[in-house]
Amino acid sequence: MALQDKYKELIDAATQAGVSVSDQGGVLHIDGDVATGDVKDRLWQIYDKIDPNFTSGEVVLNVNARAFEGGKVKVVTQESNLNIRKGPGTDQPIVGKAAKGEIITLVSKANAQWWLVRTNDGEEGYSYAQYLEPVS
Amino acid sequence: MKQFRFISALALALVLMIGFNACKKVKDADLKTSIEQKFVANPDLKDVMVDVQKGIATLTGQVKDDATNTAAINMAKEVKGVKQVMSNITIAPPQPLVSDADATMQAALKDALKDNSGVVYEVKDGVVTLTGEVKKSDLPKLMQKVSALKPTKIENKLTIK
Repeated sequence: MALQDKYKELIDAATQAGVSVSDQGGVLHIDGDVATGDVKDRLWQIYDKIDPNFTSGEVVLNVNARAFEGGKVKVVTQESNLNIRKGPGTDQPIVGKAAKGEIITLVSKANAQWWLVRTNDGEEGYSYAQYLEPVS
Repeated sequence: MKQFRFISALALALVLMIGFNACKKVKDADLKTSIEQKFVANPDLKDVMVDVQKGIATLTGQVKDDATNTAAINMAKEVKGVKQVMSNITIAPPQPLVSDADATMQAALKDALKDNSGVVYEVKDGVVTLTGEVKKSDLPKLMQKVSALKPTKIENKLTIK
């Protein structure tokens, strides 16, 4: 129960955001899609506040802003441009780039990690999903 | 006549000696072949080499564990004509067991952490262990990328720069 107490604020916020929380062998698994990237960021801020630098190994927080195929996504890289590749994998050749902050089109989700995107110049290819955030 | 007899006796002795030696040499080679044939049946013994000198078999090479070493010695002893078995076999260091799921996760982490060059990752039974160093500003994104692969647990032992 200690885990439930320690992470109460995170669990409450996650539940409110509509994602599932389960205790799996002493690790809290928080999984699901949330409405926006802001909600995701908020959950991560709470997690960082309770467990600074995420060192306890007590939580696996896998929440993502709900993205729709055909919708717009924003490039949320740390600083560099986002690579657009011929296929889903870093071993695939780079066919284009999208700048940080650029808003491009999500064509389809190849899998959880790689999404097919199209830039405004019409370049199409696969990018790493964690660097894309849906915009409404 | 006496002298002739002596010479023929000597010749006979010589022939016998040569014959005996030749026979002995063939026998060592035969023993080696017999042992090797027994070993072929066991894939665990594919890296074991056999040498036989005067009926003494010497085994060299590497096997996965002690039990396999003992098995090899016993198999060699069973060959008729082998007087003694010496084993210089070494035991291989244990191989870490990597499950398919762990291998898949390991491959996915390579994609996920392509831009985090200072970070070292390892997967065991679904638990991802992170070591090395990372900038504080890169840490949340890093954790998000690893979490998205649905690990059982994340052991974050990163040094924050």
